[in-house]
Amino acid sequence: MSEYLVLIHHDEQQAMQQADPALYERTARAHEEFRAANQTRVREGNRLRPSSTATSIRRDTSGELVVTDGVFVESKEVLCGYYMIEAVDLDEAIKIASQVPAPFGGVEVRPVWPMDEP
Amino acid sequence: MNQAGDTYVAAAVADAHRQCWAYVLAATVRVTRDLDLAEEAVQDAYVRALHTWPATGVPDQPGAWLAAVARNRAFDVMRHNATWRQTVPLLVDKQASPGVDETSVDAVTDDRLRLIFTCCHPSLAMEARVALTLRLLCGLSTADIARAFLVSETTMAARITRAKKKIAEAHIPYRLPADEDLSQRVEAVLNVLHLLFATGHTAPSGQELVRAELVERARDLARMLRLLLPTDPDVAGLYALMLLTDARRDTRTDSSGRVLRLSEQDRARWDRRAIAEGLAVARLAARAHSAGRFPLMAAIAAVHAETPRWEQTDWHHIVGLYDRLIAAWPSPVVALNRAIAVGHADGAQAGLEALDRLTAEPQLAGYQYLPAARAEFLSRLGRTDEAQLAYREALLLTDNGAEQEFLATQLRSLGS
Repeated sequence: MSEYLVLIHHDEQQAMQQADPALYERTARAHEEFRAANQTRVREGNRLRPSSTATSIRRDTSGELVVTDGVFVESKEVLCGYYMIEAVDLDEAIKIASQVPAPFGGVEVRPVWPMDEP
Repeated sequence: MNQAGDTYVAAAVADAHRQCWAYVLAATVRVTRDLDLAEEAVQDAYVRALHTWPATGVPDQPGAWLAAVARNRAFDVMRHNATWRQTVPLLVDKQASPGVDETSVDAVTDDRLRLIFTCCHPSLAMEARVALTLRLLCGLSTADIARAFLVSETTMAARITRAKKKIAEAHIPYRLPADEDLSQRVEAVLNVLHLLFATGHTAPSGQELVRAELVERARDLARMLRLLLPTDPDVAGLYALMLLTDARRDTRTDSSGRVLRLSEQDRARWDRRAIAEGLAVARLAARAHSAGRFPLMAAIAAVHAETPRWEQTDWHHIVGLYDRLIAAWPSPVVALNRAIAVGHADGAQAGLEALDRLTAEPQLAGYQYLPAARAEFLSRLGRTDEAQLAYREALLLTDNGAEQEFLATQLRSLGS
């Protein structure tokens, strides 16, 4: 078994413009169903507050900490949620990740690199 | 050993390299669960063959001999060198063939298929799939692959290393896809083989029209896949398409390397054996009524292969096949070929109108065959000025020397 992080990205502007309460309800239910259908594989997961609440922290060239408002990398699609899953291999991880509801975007699957693995 | 014997052995080793590489490597990966180590061990085994066979003679089953030597070599390395363990082992599915003797035909068949599906995994970039396929299934050197795709050896080496790392670290499985995924995964493999073939059939650049090595490797791989998946109509379709298309290879250019159109080719010099095999396989593929594109593409190639003279070509039949192909595989390039067939079936005006409907297709912007086809129909309609313009446009868009020469000749024949 290996761990994979499933990162959910979406077009936030589109989501905010088009998401009515009914769609919101449906998506929330779809996530419940996803968890239920994959309960032996889903470790944890959650949604994230909007990107407007993000804070990024870097060091500038002189080594000073710089704290700025906003996401780390600006792009149309932003991270909006995640699941940590377990899968026997990438094929299974893709199969699970492709069931993750993402009405305004899609997901990225990344293998976790355990600290004790070279 | 005398010189003739050495030449004989060298030829036998080269032959075994070509025929057995995938088999030997796949069998070795089963033991090593590590692609790099397996590759090294297999390379060693081929070197050993070069040194041993002159004295012992060429074994009856070179593949089995090489696989045994490579396995032993891999075991040696694994015993004496702990560092190989540090890489992430491949996920070899031990339950894949329960009760099957490791060396049996079934186990080895499965092994080669596993290797193919791993190399052509949809989570790898297309260029990485192509490179891995040539490297792991055909045993081509990184330098050769780099040359075939006109990138530097460093770039190609980095591409292959990156892909192998992803296989290991993302745990791309080394096993047969589940039944419900099989057709999709086979399609991914076929797309890789078709790209290899197409790249070789009309090299994107350079002076030669055909890169024979790529064409032959693609055809060998398709033949192997057909042996491994004998009932798959799409595999049969692609293999037939390759046979029927490549049967024309020697007649596609004249002795000076000038490109000859289908209408100008000497059909007596088409490879009759390849055509006979291609027609038989194409018929098998068509019988299954697959929704895939390759059986239909093979059927179109079969019409040309079976027509003794260009003038006798049944273009209405071909247009009908293109209509079905567009339904199965909607693509502007297919629409372009259909439009050309329409021009032959219903006249240059009809063909030109069909082509002009495609000029807004973004996928065809920069595609030299669109202006080249327009130029031909325009010139047949006597619209010389427009034809010249279209030939010039096509010339600007092609990087293949032989094709440039062809277009320039057409342009000159219009008195320009």
